[in-house]
Amino acid sequence: MISGFDFDVLWRSLPYLFRDGMSFTLMLTALSALGGLVLGTLLALMRLSNMKVLGAIATGYVNLMRSLPLVLVIFWFYFLVPYLGQIITGSERPMVVGAFSSALITFTLFEAAYFSEIMRAGIQSIPKGQVSAGYALGLTYRQVTSYIVLPQALRNMLPVILTQTIVLFQDTSLVYVLSITDFLGAASKVAQRDGRLIEMYLFAALVYFVISFAASRLVRALQAKTAIIR
Amino acid sequence: MPMIDIQAVSKWYGPQFQVLKDCTTAVQKGEVVVVCGPSGSGKSTLIKCVNALEPFQSGAIHVDGINLQDPSTNLPKLRARIGMVFQHFELFPHLKITENLCLAQEKVLGRSRDEAMAKATALLERVGLEAHSHKFPGELSGGQQQRVAIARALAMDPIAMLFDEPTSALDPEMITEVLDVMVELAREGMTMMVVTHEMGFARKVAHRVIFMDKGEIIEDRPKDEFFGTPRSERAQVFLSKILAH
Repeated sequence: MISGFDFDVLWRSLPYLFRDGMSFTLMLTALSALGGLVLGTLLALMRLSNMKVLGAIATGYVNLMRSLPLVLVIFWFYFLVPYLGQIITGSERPMVVGAFSSALITFTLFEAAYFSEIMRAGIQSIPKGQVSAGYALGLTYRQVTSYIVLPQALRNMLPVILTQTIVLFQDTSLVYVLSITDFLGAASKVAQRDGRLIEMYLFAALVYFVISFAASRLVRALQAKTAIIR
Repeated sequence: MPMIDIQAVSKWYGPQFQVLKDCTTAVQKGEVVVVCGPSGSGKSTLIKCVNALEPFQSGAIHVDGINLQDPSTNLPKLRARIGMVFQHFELFPHLKITENLCLAQEKVLGRSRDEAMAKATALLERVGLEAHSHKFPGELSGGQQQRVAIARALAMDPIAMLFDEPTSALDPEMITEVLDVMVELAREGMTMMVVTHEMGFARKVAHRVIFMDKGEIIEDRPKDEFFGTPRSERAQVFLSKILAH
């Protein structure tokens, strides 16, 4: 069976797969992880704040996002956001939202729900005495949060955050439902065009595996390095 | 006017459990007051009320004439003037020793980097830890960490210092090095309120001793009177227990 394999198709499509496909995948992963982390941290702070309303809003948001299938959210955003934009801006036509922007917004909003739970656990792992010590020195809530709580929470949670980002890296392949050329999309286009489904999908799987596996090994090594001595 | 004035302070956890019952006392400028009592007597809670780390439901506390519960009181600003040392040190583990000393100086007092560093270096020298300035807290022993914590509080040029069981989490051989720093501070005339079981420290430098039990201030008397003849039975029992060995 291996004799029927066409390795040449792989070789020929490599530039397209990586320059067009993988760069999109990595860009989407990095930007939505960053956006998700920022938004997720805000949600976590809202959830832990004394203001009940803020907490309720954040909790509602997180529960909603975690109860919906990701593919549905991707679809929903791609098809509804242009109309939402139209209503908000009051223009005559649906707003033009590019596929990349749409995917980026979707993943940022979706990942924020997961990152907020990670950051919440990270913030809660900081001993209460640390916060008291900050206040006792005259720091304000904002200063205690940004100089004492968040740096420690981020560092404690870094391995989990990176692991979640690896999951996100795999999840970004779902944008194929929008016919976007991410790595899997590119592989699948070549597969259809040249009738080389087995080669292309096996190769795609191999690439995802190698990158994800290497990344989780790196995370493990990093984990040992960044642990704060207490 | 006393530096710290505590008037009829009561505090409840929930509707039932009263941790502080009508506590009234005062600490004059330059006075060293030791607060002792069995665990759960509310002494730590009382001292945390003094810089508003713990809220209380009734009564009033004035620090340097400023009412803590007045809504117009800038609490962070007031807290910056009161040094506090915690049982578990609470140094910031992600920051080097010098950064621990500089952070609030720069962010709260607005001192320049150079000013803050000069102050930090001088204070580390004073507590005998200048050689450790570039380490992280986790690399220091408990006694060393607590001395850094005292230096961190002093870096803010406080008008009074609060100590919440500063030696309770330390191994016996490290208690002396921390107490030595505190004794020196007391002899220089710092206003101090110290929650501790170290009766040796109380005998040496305290002006007054407050004995608390079950959320109440049972005795509040000059040191010699307190150690000579405690009036209340509860204080007698407490003293006999901790001085027995």
